[in-house]
Amino acid sequence: MKGRFILNMPPSSSNKPITWHLIKDFNFKVNIWRAQFNAGKEGHLLIEVDAREKDLQRGLKFLKQEGIQVLPLNRKIKINKRDCVHCGACTAVCFMDALIIDQKTSRLVFRSEKCLACELCVKACPLRIITIDF
Amino acid sequence: MKIKKSYDEINRKLAQGKAVVLTAEEVKQMAEARGVKAVAKKVDVVTTATFGAMCSSGAFINFGHSTPPIKMVKVWLNDVPTCAGLAAVDAYIGATEISENNPEYGGAHVIEDLVAGRNVRLRAQGKGTDCYPRKNIETYVNKKTLNECFLFNPRNAYQNYAAATNSTDRMIYTYMGILLPNFGNATFATTGELSPLLNDPELRTIGIGTRIFLGGTAGFIAWNGTQFNTTQPRARNRVPLKPSATLSLIGDLKKMSREYIRAAVFERYGVSLFVGIGLPIPVLDEEIARFVTVRDRDIKTYLYDYGIASHPVVAQTNYAELKSGSLRINNREIKTAPLSSVFKARKIALSLKQWLLKGEFSLSEPVQRLPKNTTVRKLFIREVK
Repeated sequence: MKGRFILNMPPSSSNKPITWHLIKDFNFKVNIWRAQFNAGKEGHLLIEVDAREKDLQRGLKFLKQEGIQVLPLNRKIKINKRDCVHCGACTAVCFMDALIIDQKTSRLVFRSEKCLACELCVKACPLRIITIDF
Repeated sequence: MKIKKSYDEINRKLAQGKAVVLTAEEVKQMAEARGVKAVAKKVDVVTTATFGAMCSSGAFINFGHSTPPIKMVKVWLNDVPTCAGLAAVDAYIGATEISENNPEYGGAHVIEDLVAGRNVRLRAQGKGTDCYPRKNIETYVNKKTLNECFLFNPRNAYQNYAAATNSTDRMIYTYMGILLPNFGNATFATTGELSPLLNDPELRTIGIGTRIFLGGTAGFIAWNGTQFNTTQPRARNRVPLKPSATLSLIGDLKKMSREYIRAAVFERYGVSLFVGIGLPIPVLDEEIARFVTVRDRDIKTYLYDYGIASHPVVAQTNYAELKSGSLRINNREIKTAPLSSVFKARKIALSLKQWLLKGEFSLSEPVQRLPKNTTVRKLFIREVK
């Protein structure tokens, strides 16, 4: 099963190859989307993982034992497509390219699998038709 | 032989159902395949369009007289202040005016509500006179109850516009959308090769009295737009490189459709109005055929740094590049995004084409050409005594 998580790591864990353990010990397929580390400070990792249910639970348990806070990312954006004028203002802020204007049809396309629910598009939409769906 | 067509000739062909009408996109395809000469010979009218946020928009409204009557001095529509300093029951609602208790609702929303046929709360105050004794009024109005309600936009359809980016390390919120830090994105605001005034750069066929598509119905060019500028630098194809001509437009709001008139909110900037505009360009001769076949790659504009107050130029670019989704500047890729809807513009160009082909819409020769040799003046601050 697939899941997206934000890992908040205490400064002490920054010396440990956490991702290596997830891959090697728990058979995680890891896709790193964002990483922010500074020596001696709290680190942040945004990952998408694909793993078997059993492995996933074991892996998450391991992370918690390491003192790592695991926040599942399950927020989604919702677009009222009927009201969309396809202006493209939301695509300007979508650094993941989840929202794009199709070159051929000039229509807005939302590729939900790429969306991190960063919410920038919610503010960028001039029609206010993008909302966060919990 | 030189090709020359008159408005009368083209209108006759339209009436007989013999005219060839193409959208701006279609005519460019034709020119690529068969050349400009063939376009001049075969094509009679080209329909151009845009759909973008145009802040300098608004509507005149006449509410009708109540019994006893009131001479309205201050007027609010859904708590948005209007300009009421004209006669007793006339007012002008500006698109960017903001509601007194909701920063995300403004004049543009009132206009959209009226177009949609919704009720709008009217609140007005007067001082009471012998002929207008009433001092206060509160009621609902909608497009059926109003006498007249017409859009009158002082500045629309900019001929070319700047593209925007942001060099600073903080996000900025502008009328060009949200600009990410460190050149994180670039936005642009015309439909490029579909845009009306970029297809007739010298305004040979566009002038006062030109019948147009405005907000889903037929409207007119009333005047040159404000900040009308004909002296900007131009490329060899005569297309200006910077914001130049503008149009002042008028049309019956009661006949407009919410599909082409929509309120917009730009985060931390304010309210604006999306306006859908279509302009028919008669192909009178070969020069106009050349103008209407201009491509995105040959329409240039400048990318400005909106992160710095003076908006310095970052680079020159063109609409092919801007529409491609990314731009290369100093060896780095900048993501680009539009603010005008090509999707809607395409729909408008097609609608206008259908109106022309069905004989529902005829071409009008400008009653007067728009001004020449005009520039935009700065506002200087003088000492006030």
